Amino acid sequence: MEEVAVEALTEQEAAVYDRQIRVWGVEAQRRLSRAHVLVIGMSNVLTELCKNIVLAGIGSLTLMEDAPSVSTVMNTSFLIPVEQIESDKSFLTECAESLKDFNPMVHVTVEKGSLEEKPDDFLNNFDVVVVGRSLLKYRMHVNSLCRKRGPKIAFLSVDCRGPLGEIFIDLQTHTYVLKAKENVPHSLQNLVYCSLEEAIAARWDRLPKKTTKLFYAMRIMEDFEQSNSRLPGQVTLDDLASVLDTRKRLCESQGMPETLVPDKLLHRLLYAEAREHPPVCAILGGILGQELLKVLSGKGEPLKNFFFFDPMDGKGITEEIPRPDDTPIIMQSAEIEI
Amino acid sequence: MLSQKAKVLMVGAGGIGCELLKTLALTGFKDIHLIDLDTIEVSNLNRQFLFRKQHVGQSKAKVARDAVLKFKPDIKIEAHHANVKNSDFDVEFFKQFNVVLNGLDNVDARRHVNRLCLAAGVPLVESGSTGYLGQVTVHVKDQTECYECQTKELPKTYPVCTITNTPSKPVHCIVWAKDLLFARLFGDRNQSSDLIVHTNDRTSSAATADTDFFNIKDGETPESYACRVFDGVFGDNIEVALRNEETWKSRKRPRPLYICEVYSDAKKPRIDGSCNSPDGNDKHTASAARILGLSNPQEVWTVRDSANVFLKALELLLNTRQKDIGSLVFDKDDQLAMEFVTAAANLRSSCFDIPMQSLFEAKGIAGNIVHAIATTNAIISGLIVLEAIKLLMGNLDDCRTTYCLEYPRRKMLLMPAELSAPKSSCYVCSQSTLLLEVNTTMTRLREVVEKIVRGQLSVNSPMISQGPCLIYETGDDLEEDMVTQYNQNLEKFLDSLPAPIVDGSILSIEDFQQEFTCHLQIKHREIFDEEKEPDNMVLSGKLSTTRDQALPGSVQLTAVADNVSIHAVDDDDEVILIDEVAKQDLKRKVLDEESVIVCGKRQRTEVS
Repeated sequence: MEEVAVEALTEQEAAVYDRQIRVWGVEAQRRLSRAHVLVIGMSNVLTELCKNIVLAGIGSLTLMEDAPSVSTVMNTSFLIPVEQIESDKSFLTECAESLKDFNPMVHVTVEKGSLEEKPDDFLNNFDVVVVGRSLLKYRMHVNSLCRKRGPKIAFLSVDCRGPLGEIFIDLQTHTYVLKAKENVPHSLQNLVYCSLEEAIAARWDRLPKKTTKLFYAMRIMEDFEQSNSRLPGQVTLDDLASVLDTRKRLCESQGMPETLVPDKLLHRLLYAEAREHPPVCAILGGILGQELLKVLSGKGEPLKNFFFFDPMDGKGITEEIPRPDDTPIIMQSAEIEI
Repeated sequence: MLSQKAKVLMVGAGGIGCELLKTLALTGFKDIHLIDLDTIEVSNLNRQFLFRKQHVGQSKAKVARDAVLKFKPDIKIEAHHANVKNSDFDVEFFKQFNVVLNGLDNVDARRHVNRLCLAAGVPLVESGSTGYLGQVTVHVKDQTECYECQTKELPKTYPVCTITNTPSKPVHCIVWAKDLLFARLFGDRNQSSDLIVHTNDRTSSAATADTDFFNIKDGETPESYACRVFDGVFGDNIEVALRNEETWKSRKRPRPLYICEVYSDAKKPRIDGSCNSPDGNDKHTASAARILGLSNPQEVWTVRDSANVFLKALELLLNTRQKDIGSLVFDKDDQLAMEFVTAAANLRSSCFDIPMQSLFEAKGIAGNIVHAIATTNAIISGLIVLEAIKLLMGNLDDCRTTYCLEYPRRKMLLMPAELSAPKSSCYVCSQSTLLLEVNTTMTRLREVVEKIVRGQLSVNSPMISQGPCLIYETGDDLEEDMVTQYNQNLEKFLDSLPAPIVDGSILSIEDFQQEFTCHLQIKHREIFDEEKEPDNMVLSGKLSTTRDQALPGSVQLTAVADNVSIHAVDDDDEVILIDEVAKQDLKRKVLDEESVIVCGKRQRTEVS
């Protein structure tokens, strides 16, 4: 079942990547080495992600600071040696240099300026775009740019609020091989994802009853920040009353009772302010990294299409939030021979 | 803050360890001790991100500490480049910590740490990972199961006859090549070997039955030696095996392979005895395969290729490692040794119509390599720290086992499960008695100490007594006459000891360092099944490790099980999650999707 590579990996790649090649194979490793990833934003959870994908040996990583948000203080990052915090170089440049050191085989660069200033085809340079904490409308904008620029650009977003986290994935169309299991042979799966805008437009009263409450809570936070001209993460416990009003308004408009989202959950999100709890960043960065590598290598079933983590119950939950018309993400499945 | 005052012990600075040390430092922990005996290798660099290429060969614990201090200079990390089983790390040492976090890669060390944590009364967070799978759990004395309450499977071993006579899988041939052929040619010659095949009637046997067969003869060139060995093991031995009709009644008959057949139409690679190739002497880079143009380790060689490598590697080993011959131990990172083993295994496979393996695959099997990636370890490290914080806050009710899955099960990629209460039958944490069936008139104490006490019970420095009588103990501070007495005792039969061990005797086994005690009840038995009970003794009761039932054979051959998801192996990052165990747990105790953990206290799961 293991594909034989047409050319061998370089000796250095074979030596360093040995243990992971045993997980996903030589061909997948080669695809990774040709992949280009753009990461917009830099926070604790994004540093974790960057570490993971650089170690894995992607072709190139481009860093951009674009979406304004309240980010955590620089010196909690494991990428920057403390003595260099006061240096002249920009924060992103410091991060890039550090990441290059993790794996010299990966090309790491910083892209200056904002997305707006870039030529139309800028995003075509990338296979994957990852966006961190940002306003919902910014994320939707980038997501729609990805969709406009090409069917193959994957969009992933992540946000860690204190100990709570959310990941979203839009792969547009994605084909992968589902490994054979017991009596089920290998099959080629074709997935068709919905855009962020479509997922957000899902009617709450049509979603399954057991959908995780964190999904709704994050939407309430987004709405609150947008309506009150706050930067994402620019919240405190003092905003509780106001956020509860937002909850009331949203739940009513979605035909749901307010009890859908417990007070306590919103309380915890506000208490977190702009902080990211490091162990949860490690978890989210790991899950996100794993998904990104699955997408780039074409190996393994990717997440459909949201992931949530709450240490209170300890569950890392995937939720499939479909299009407003309820079409599911899996469209076609066909048996194949390997 | 809680994390700032806590004193934490980390055992292991490898795949999980690097991620864990980083996460602890970022979370605000300021007082960390770290123990690891290993040094850094190139294959670590894809995930043990605190290390760089220039650190290869240096201590993992020390380099990890230095790397973390760079971004968190104000924390205290004490790095011990040492084996956690070292007597310095006794119960008093463990008692200074609020919590112990394991990032180990083998069952033996985990058991040791488990016992010390129980003795010291310090909670333990256990973890493991392999590929995409991982697991974190919590052990608290008297409140939860200890690490040894649940049975762990030991690495799979294979019956001797399968390895020597009737291989049917690639792993059988690799084990043969590594533990029999390589060992006999380059290892200790005085050790008895199962390499020779005999016929049932014992009147005829292979030329290889000659005990000196594998020794190079006076005046024999490396070339003719290599060819002689080749013909002996792949030709002659097979011919002899074929004469045992019974064996082949319902099995496919193997085909002998001789040098002249392989090279019938072409010349052999020139064996010129020269070792002037630039990399001839470095064991990591000297390579027969490269000289022969086989530079892609992923490629599966042909029979001809394998024969070429076999002859060339053998020649190079003889010429460049003279001083090691007779004491060479197989090391998967010894390029020539690995090539030789791959070639030999492939040649044997071709005789038995078993698919041949590439160098890459063979290395994984021969070296018990566990596949590993950074992302899983990162996730596990986060889960470990979350459990540690709960323990420090005294919220044991919130602690849980968490499984990290490759694909969502019931919508979960991270699946929590409730912790279990201690097992009353656990001989480690609940003091229950085990039963040892043994022939007390014909078994020496030494065998019981080696196979049972140190082996199955994993006791490091045993003290064995019967009632008030000390039968055996180890230690640096023993008086000479005691040592002499103990050594004499080892050679005595059980029923001839100064305090005779007979049917019904109860032995106490203690280890001061582990603060571990268990009791063995002795039952005298005369007959043991050679195949099923090759040790001539049987330990029963609630054991914390088991071997596969039908595995006879007195030769300890270690090899990786074919089914990777259900075993525990040595080497980098090991999985303690065993799918079957997970399924059992899940049936009993997975937290219902409706239930929410309610905690009366204010929830402060983060540290600010």
